[in-house]
Amino acid sequence: MRIALFATCIVDAMYPRTAQATVSILERLGHEVVFPAGQACCGQMHVNSGYLKEAVPVVANHVDAFDTEEYDVAVAPSGSCVASVKHQHPMVARSCGDTALETRAAAVGARTYELSELLVDVLGVTDAGAQLGSYFPHRVTYHPSCHGMRLLRLGDRQSRLLRTVAGIDLVDLPEADQCCGFGGTFSIKNADVSSAMLEDKAANIRTTGAELCTGGDASCLMHIGGGLSRQGSNVTTLHLAEILASTMGAPASVTGDVHVSTGKATR
Amino acid sequence: MSTFLGMPSLPVFGSGNLHAAESFPKAAHRELGNAQLRANLGHATHTIRDKRLQVVSELPDWEQLRDAGSAIKESVMARLPELLEQFEQNFTARGGVIHWARDASEANEIVAGLIRDTGETEVVKVKSMATQEIGLNEYLEEQGIAAFETDLAELIVQLDHDKPSHILVPAIHKNRTEIRDIFLREMPGADPELTDNPAVLAMAARAHLRRKFLTAKVAVSGANFALADSGTLAVVESEGNGRMCLTLPETLITVMGVEKLLPSWQDLEVFMQLLPRSSTGERMNPYTSLWTGVTEGDGPQNVHLVLLDNGRSAALADEMGRSALHCIRCSACMNVCPVYERTGGHAYGSTYPGPIGAILSPLLTGIESEENSSLPYASSLCGACYDACPVKINIPDILVHLRSVDVDSQRGKKKLPSQMDVGMSAASWALSSGKRLGLLERGLPLGRLAAGRDKKIKKLPGIAAGWTQSRDIPAPPAQSFRNWWAKERQGAEQHGGKTQDTTQNEETGA
Ligand code: SF4
Repeated sequence: MRIALFATCIVDAMYPRTAQATVSILERLGHEVVFPAGQACCGQMHVNSGYLKEAVPVVANHVDAFDTEEYDVAVAPSGSCVASVKHQHPMVARSCGDTALETRAAAVGARTYELSELLVDVLGVTDAGAQLGSYFPHRVTYHPSCHGMRLLRLGDRQSRLLRTVAGIDLVDLPEADQCCGFGGTFSIKNADVSSAMLEDKAANIRTTGAELCTGGDASCLMHIGGGLSRQGSNVTTLHLAEILASTMGAPASVTGDVHVSTGKATR
Repeated sequence: MSTFLGMPSLPVFGSGNLHAAESFPKAAHRELGNAQLRANLGHATHTIRDKRLQVVSELPDWEQLRDAGSAIKESVMARLPELLEQFEQNFTARGGVIHWARDASEANEIVAGLIRDTGETEVVKVKSMATQEIGLNEYLEEQGIAAFETDLAELIVQLDHDKPSHILVPAIHKNRTEIRDIFLREMPGADPELTDNPAVLAMAARAHLRRKFLTAKVAVSGANFALADSGTLAVVESEGNGRMCLTLPETLITVMGVEKLLPSWQDLEVFMQLLPRSSTGERMNPYTSLWTGVTEGDGPQNVHLVLLDNGRSAALADEMGRSALHCIRCSACMNVCPVYERTGGHAYGSTYPGPIGAILSPLLTGIESEENSSLPYASSLCGACYDACPVKINIPDILVHLRSVDVDSQRGKKKLPSQMDVGMSAASWALSSGKRLGLLERGLPLGRLAAGRDKKIKKLPGIAAGWTQSRDIPAPPAQSFRNWWAKERQGAEQHGGKTQDTTQNEETGA
């Protein structure tokens, strides 16, 4: 299958390893990955902050980049960006009266998947250890981000994949379904409330004794990781793509600049 | 847009206790400092949340019930004028009297006038959101009429000269020791040995209330539902105090928002399953009182209903926002809201707090003011409220819609764009082209300079400062994924130049 990677702006600019890990996983399964170079951002930040007019060119750009026959499905390592592509893009197009864009946006949305959704539903991954060679000998806890959980209804796809990683010690996060308090510009406009939510999330993570917290959204992980770091905790965050990409021969390290396995080094 | 019977043709915004008095971030900052409040709220919302999940999971057709509730409400909104007319006919035919009130002050004057006609200066009250909304108690007090709340939690708040902070559990922010202290201080004849045992506290309140029930000639209530096909009103409650008020006095005055209507008795069945489970986490509430006009020799002989618009026409005129009027005031959304749980209800400045308040208050009273316009931003858009709402109000989408109404209403009004405006325009420019973003990402190493030796950015300027008050930002990587891909997979010469890249990858072992 030819799979188009939507890296999302935050992964592209801040967490390239998450995108590299996504590529590595898909190629290990024998698929071809393409990167539509015109892509930039889903526009979620603009929409959620009420800047619909400013969201229009961002959405149009995404639709232009992905409205092509040259791939079968698109994937993003981010539940909230996929939710934006699926739910917000047609709405933004409608808001500016562009029915052609609306139709194209809906078509792009229909073949865009969140990573775990693609792996489980389309590519048939049931055992990450066996099928991907995933190996990650660490104590990990998992935060299911709101948009994946509620808008995309990902259910337990992400945790199911994590559980099948060889060597992993996956511990339940108390109050896992509670929002971490990121919410895009919410964390800036209502910084105090957001901090209070983050405080509780971080406290719950610490009680698990995990070395790191994983999840499917780079932005939530940046938020949680930023809070843990400020509190002087040595618990870090790592995107689940990087855990799935980690192998016995090239394990992802969990401190410092995390190294992601390309899957090549299974010597 | 359709208007209601007896209503003016232009939508009028509501008034009363609906408008935020200060901006949400400011109010939230203050409330967050109250550790006791946070502890009380956290405990109470968790308990009720778990109870609700438990009883909801017992019903195999819960999702269909929600769909039915939502569909009934939608049809009510579409047929409101017609249904109100039908209701008025039936209510009047059975001996009731209807009064129409455009806003809070009209409603208050009508109620005060009706009480004055009875010659009484004291009334007992059934817990009611509509009368909270219009500030009836305060108004009556100015008129020399004393209104006694009979709902236990409402009584606690009233005795303490406080404001409710939750629509179902108005005293949710108080613990039982605080309640005992209030009783000792404010309740005439309270036993000085009163303990903080909940049963003992309830008995003390009961003794206090009994005296009121037996002497009151006039009662004021709200209504949970009104059935158009028979002219019947319904009140759903837990304690039975409401039923005392609804049956013992001679005069009964009900104040109800026009959106509470249901077409028929059959529709009530759906809501009687949705409401108790969503609000108190019970399979059925202990008391449901229904009354249809006047029955000679039984119950109140003067029965009045004040039908309240107070901004509901304005909300109805907002196509995206109107489903906020489907709300049956169950409070499930606030019990699951992480923002409400931290700040409590007072931070929202309106009778309606939490997620529904964040949309309903500005819909009813307008979003023009700075205080009100801050409400739709009081959410991380986590979606828990939408999942919990028994009538499926898509609160997150309405929040986003109201944010865009706010942003648009600010455009052109301001002399200088805000930092947020500037940031959003710049981001829109940068993020609407892969080429532009790729070029900007070449500057990522600069961000590494901004980070300290520990590779963390700890302080940002301007509006972004809020982020770094409690969170670090990791130093950006040396190069973006896009630039890495261009170099590693496509060869540098093609970088950023193509909009559709389908270049064959180099072999990458698997
Ligand atoms: S919005 Fe929905 S959940 Fe919230 S109080 Fe109203 S009916 Fe209940």
